[in-house]
Amino acid sequence: MRRVISAIVLNEHGVLSRIAGLFSGRGYNIDSLTVAPVPDSEFSRVSIVTSGDERVFEQIVKQLHKLIPTYKVIDSGEYVEKEMVLVKISLNEDFSGLDAILKSYNGSVANANENYIIVMACDNASRIDCFIKVMKKYNPIQIVRSGSVMMEV
Amino acid sequence: MKRLNGSQMISEALKHEGVEFVFGYPGGAALNIYDETYKQNYFTHILTRHEQAAVHAADGYARASGKVGVAFVTSGPGFTNAVTGLATAYADSIPLVLISGQVALPLIGTDAFQEIDAVGISRPCVKHNFLVKTIDELPRILKEAFYIARSGRPGPVHVDVPKDVTAAIGDFVYPDEIKMQTYKPTTKGHPNQIKKACEAISKSKKPILYLGGGAINSNASDEIRKFAATAKIPAVLTLMALGVLRSDDELNLGMVGMHGSYAANMALSESDLIICLGARFDDRVTGKLSEFGKNAKVIHVDIDPSSIGKIVNAEYPIVGDLKNVMIELNDKIDIKDDIFKPWRDQIEIYKKLHPLGYKDSDEVLKPQWVVQNIAKITGEDAIIATDVGQHQMWVAQFYPFNEPRHLLTSGGLGTMGYGLPSAVGAAWASDKPVIAVSGDGGFLMNIQELMTLVANKKRVINIILNNNFLGMVRQWQTFFYEERYSNTDLSIQPNFVKICEGFGGVGFSVKTKDEFKAALKKALELDTVSVIEVKIDRFENVLPMVPAGAAIYNMILE
Ligand SMILES: Cc1ncc(C[n+]2csc(CCOP(=O)(O)OP(=O)(O)O)c2C)c(N)n1
Repeated sequence: MRRVISAIVLNEHGVLSRIAGLFSGRGYNIDSLTVAPVPDSEFSRVSIVTSGDERVFEQIVKQLHKLIPTYKVIDSGEYVEKEMVLVKISLNEDFSGLDAILKSYNGSVANANENYIIVMACDNASRIDCFIKVMKKYNPIQIVRSGSVMMEV
Repeated sequence: MKRLNGSQMISEALKHEGVEFVFGYPGGAALNIYDETYKQNYFTHILTRHEQAAVHAADGYARASGKVGVAFVTSGPGFTNAVTGLATAYADSIPLVLISGQVALPLIGTDAFQEIDAVGISRPCVKHNFLVKTIDELPRILKEAFYIARSGRPGPVHVDVPKDVTAAIGDFVYPDEIKMQTYKPTTKGHPNQIKKACEAISKSKKPILYLGGGAINSNASDEIRKFAATAKIPAVLTLMALGVLRSDDELNLGMVGMHGSYAANMALSESDLIICLGARFDDRVTGKLSEFGKNAKVIHVDIDPSSIGKIVNAEYPIVGDLKNVMIELNDKIDIKDDIFKPWRDQIEIYKKLHPLGYKDSDEVLKPQWVVQNIAKITGEDAIIATDVGQHQMWVAQFYPFNEPRHLLTSGGLGTMGYGLPSAVGAAWASDKPVIAVSGDGGFLMNIQELMTLVANKKRVINIILNNNFLGMVRQWQTFFYEERYSNTDLSIQPNFVKICEGFGGVGFSVKTKDEFKAALKKALELDTVSVIEVKIDRFENVLPMVPAGAAIYNMILE
């Protein structure tokens, strides 16, 4: 089962490897992990997408709590979840329909040069999955996903 | 405000923490720290002969004294040698602080001489670790290190200090108080949960106390004894809890688990309410999980929330320091009459059916007899350190531990080579006789520590139960590998007597009961290190035994 967790941790060196080590050392899955400082504070916010049963999930939450630099773990309630993806497409492709697709996925053109355009979309993870599927018809050269960030509502 | 260099700050911090002894081994990156160690007179530094042993000694000191153990090592190989010590202490939740030297900050990341990513390596083996990056943060980090090591669920903390930080000068203000926003262990059990637990106990018919190492870590022995005695609830003990109840306490059913007593394993299996106090349902205790405590509800008291519900679901989880929780429980529990008498009567039958025992012999020394006679001759008042293997289990089964902190043994990690160095630590923690019981395999793993003891004129008696085998592994090969003794035969072993003499100690080699008694009495009169090599029955097995993966009520009894 897919799960999302956020942790607020002290923004100190080594904290990310403590978190990553916790997952790898115990054999828990990480589907995605994003980290950035919380503005105007000494904390960072870590957003983790993982999968596992109830018991594994409970342990992940407890073990995250157990880390000394962990201030808070947010594991329940409703979230807004967003993930970003960048897709690079050759200019030689036929772009018919691209505009409509971008529109329906909160997408836009992020960059273009004489060889490629890079489009982006921002949405929840499963919609990003769909977007990538749809984009396949333009034979993407490269796809980069950001991993999810979430905020409790 | 004092202006001090980093090494002076370390000494000052140790003084503030009341540290009396540091075990360690010097080297390039630790030179400044060692220079200051030479100049100060706050603590005594004991030079071990290996870094692993320095950390085990700090660990043994901590277990025997209840204080935080401290060790110093240098960078690179000094640190990597110390890792087994950290992992051992971590597995048993032992409070200690390891201070390691590191190459100077500008060299970090350059593959400099004796550089290693120490905090990267120690991370999974410690409760917490720090790489000190500026002199300004050093006092705070040292304060936090000691605080983290001893509070909550205790554990080892590693502080890696680059050489230039040990020389840099800064303001020294040792914080009086800890202000950690993120680390606040829960020490008081939730009153509602405690109330519910009391109700569950009064409603149960077959309650059992399942005591673990947390009972010793939180010094809760008195409160647990009181609780057991008032409610008249029988108890089983893990290896790590031996001594929490007196061995002759009627309620004490002895050790539980793979080599536990029949009564303990049966009682735990048939209980309807397992009252787990500072234990963690280790697989060596539970055996086959699906068969474990099938009809029981669980009260689980632990300082570490992540221990609760990890292996076994707890209907009544209580997070808190065990001593505090026991005080509350003693206050709230209200059991009228002796309602658990029928249950205890049932257990009494189990006790009589298969008591712990062995077939004694006058031809060949039996290890169990040796262990019993260590107790007799020392008046049951020695501190016993063990290695890992059969002898460890015989000590657990046959030595009557009556007080906490008298058994030093690596329960969680099962570290061979732990016995002698932890006895080194205990020799500085206590005035009682310290006896290390080892196998012939494990004793060789840190034998160099005889030197530490001889050099410091400390008496530790090393009893080697010599079966010329890696006995415990040989036992598994006997039962489960059709006696294919792959690489466990130690027929060729050194002359332990001469080795000990070579270190400057005294050696005995014994084959009979009388020789053993005489040797131990003599060793107790010496004021130096001794080795008593006891030639025991080569093929003696530790029984009962629960085969790995079987239910704990399915014991091989003979
Ligand atoms: C460092 C380490 N290596 C290997 C083991 C695996 N092991 C557990 S018990 C044992 C045999 C111990 O033999 P010995 O020290 O002679 O003691 P005995 O079992 O004979 O009492 C071994 C090899 C271990 N626990 N620790």
